[in-house]
Amino acid sequence: MPHKPPTQEELEKRKIVGINLETVTDVSSSDFPGHYPGEDHAWDIERFKQGFSVEFHQNDPHEASFSLIGIHASIANAFRRIMIADVPTLAIETVFININTSVIQDEVLAHRLGLIPFTGGREGLTEFIKWFKKPAEGEEPNLKDFNTVELALNVKCEHNENADPNETDPTKLYHHAHVYAKDIVFRPIGRQVDHFSGENTIRPVNPDILIAKLRPGQEINLTMHMHKGVGSDHAKFSPVATASYRLMPTITITEPILGRDAEKFQKCFPKGVIGLEKVTAKEAAQKGSGYEGHEGELKAVVVDPKSDTVSREALRHEEFKDKVKLGRRRDHFIFLVESTGQWKSDAIFVESVAHLKMKAKSLEKQLVNMVR
Amino acid sequence: MAARPDSEDIAMDDAPTSHQPEVKDDAMVDDEGLDVDENENGNEYDEEEEEEEVQRIKLLPGSTETAASFEFTNEGHTLGNALRYFIMRNPDVEFCGHAIPHPSEPKMNVRIQTFEGTTAIEALEKGLRDIQELCDVVTDKFVAAATDFDKKKAATA
Repeated sequence: MPHKPPTQEELEKRKIVGINLETVTDVSSSDFPGHYPGEDHAWDIERFKQGFSVEFHQNDPHEASFSLIGIHASIANAFRRIMIADVPTLAIETVFININTSVIQDEVLAHRLGLIPFTGGREGLTEFIKWFKKPAEGEEPNLKDFNTVELALNVKCEHNENADPNETDPTKLYHHAHVYAKDIVFRPIGRQVDHFSGENTIRPVNPDILIAKLRPGQEINLTMHMHKGVGSDHAKFSPVATASYRLMPTITITEPILGRDAEKFQKCFPKGVIGLEKVTAKEAAQKGSGYEGHEGELKAVVVDPKSDTVSREALRHEEFKDKVKLGRRRDHFIFLVESTGQWKSDAIFVESVAHLKMKAKSLEKQLVNMVR
Repeated sequence: MAARPDSEDIAMDDAPTSHQPEVKDDAMVDDEGLDVDENENGNEYDEEEEEEEVQRIKLLPGSTETAASFEFTNEGHTLGNALRYFIMRNPDVEFCGHAIPHPSEPKMNVRIQTFEGTTAIEALEKGLRDIQELCDVVTDKFVAAATDFDKKKAATA
């Protein structure tokens, strides 16, 4: 029997994950060789190039949202995982505490400092700063201007002589009652002056992060070393606050939903997902459309499925039974990348792709070595 | 250039960093930690020779030409699942799967069985090449879409 090539409609249907009231269907992709007899599903870069597209929804330094369309979950997930765990950033790794008479313990203070996200000259951070090799037991650390950034924090809390005698606010009553991230001072070393001066100074992303509270006589005096690291070692090195994706929701209205029902239907979804339109004379004249005799009434139309949360509320109501079909597009990934500030959000994704390529490249070389 | 002088600060560096018996004054604090000798043109200290890479792929015992298991060191599901997908898209491959045998060992195994006419090693190599090709396409389209979006936004603003 000769094989009939799938219709466009069939191909679209294959991309949809069905979402029913209590169950899901067609969860796995089926575009593998041998799944459909007679069809060619071998990997082909040209075919991928044609079917793949990127759509941006938001592109701000601290938050980017974009869609990757026409890609498999295993690859989208690899990018997501790399963004979280493998894209390097600079963070405080070592804290040398000279004086800490605050109520916050040394180790807790060091931990808090480590979690503060820093930023600075992007070219310097990615190109100039290299990996720091942890010294072996008893070995001298190899501290250089290209692998270590030195910071200092030096604050002492004192009485404010000019404060009103009835003042109760400690921030007015004392100097330096609160220690903030902005009190951290960057100490450039060697060539760091060329890369990190002026607007490129290494500084906390958010100057108002509270580090500790002090009272008169208490003092914090410490120096810190920052190194490059990755999120798989410690979450403080992760360049993202979140990097996640969700599948594009689909809502298909199979039979007209009209009048009061349409208004109720609209309320089953988040704002803006479902719109109400008047049934036109043309539609009402069309036989078998379900609009006959309903000219001028409101009908429910899908406006913005991307904003849907796929709560399945519409499926709970008897009046919408068999009139709506919910689903998700298996190859449409809506990414949300929230940068902590050291990288631009979109640059994190570009870096994750470069990282995956680099991984595959080095392993290909290794494979050749192994065979040899 | 950046380099650590051998002489002056050795004594201070030898002291344990975790406990510092004396309270130093500010001038001394400035001297500790990172040292830079501006005079030394220490290029030999810079960008040290990359260490020779250790072999990270191993062919596991029991493997034949068309049915082989590979052990990857320091790889996880990130590469494992993506690689498995590409190898499964190869029509000459009968089976491909990946596993991390134990979570506390940094090892990932890939099993590949191919039909006659090709080998498991070739299938793995093709998979790794396909990933690189895909990455180029994704980067190109992503960067194009990002610049396009930024341009449009700048135009409307």
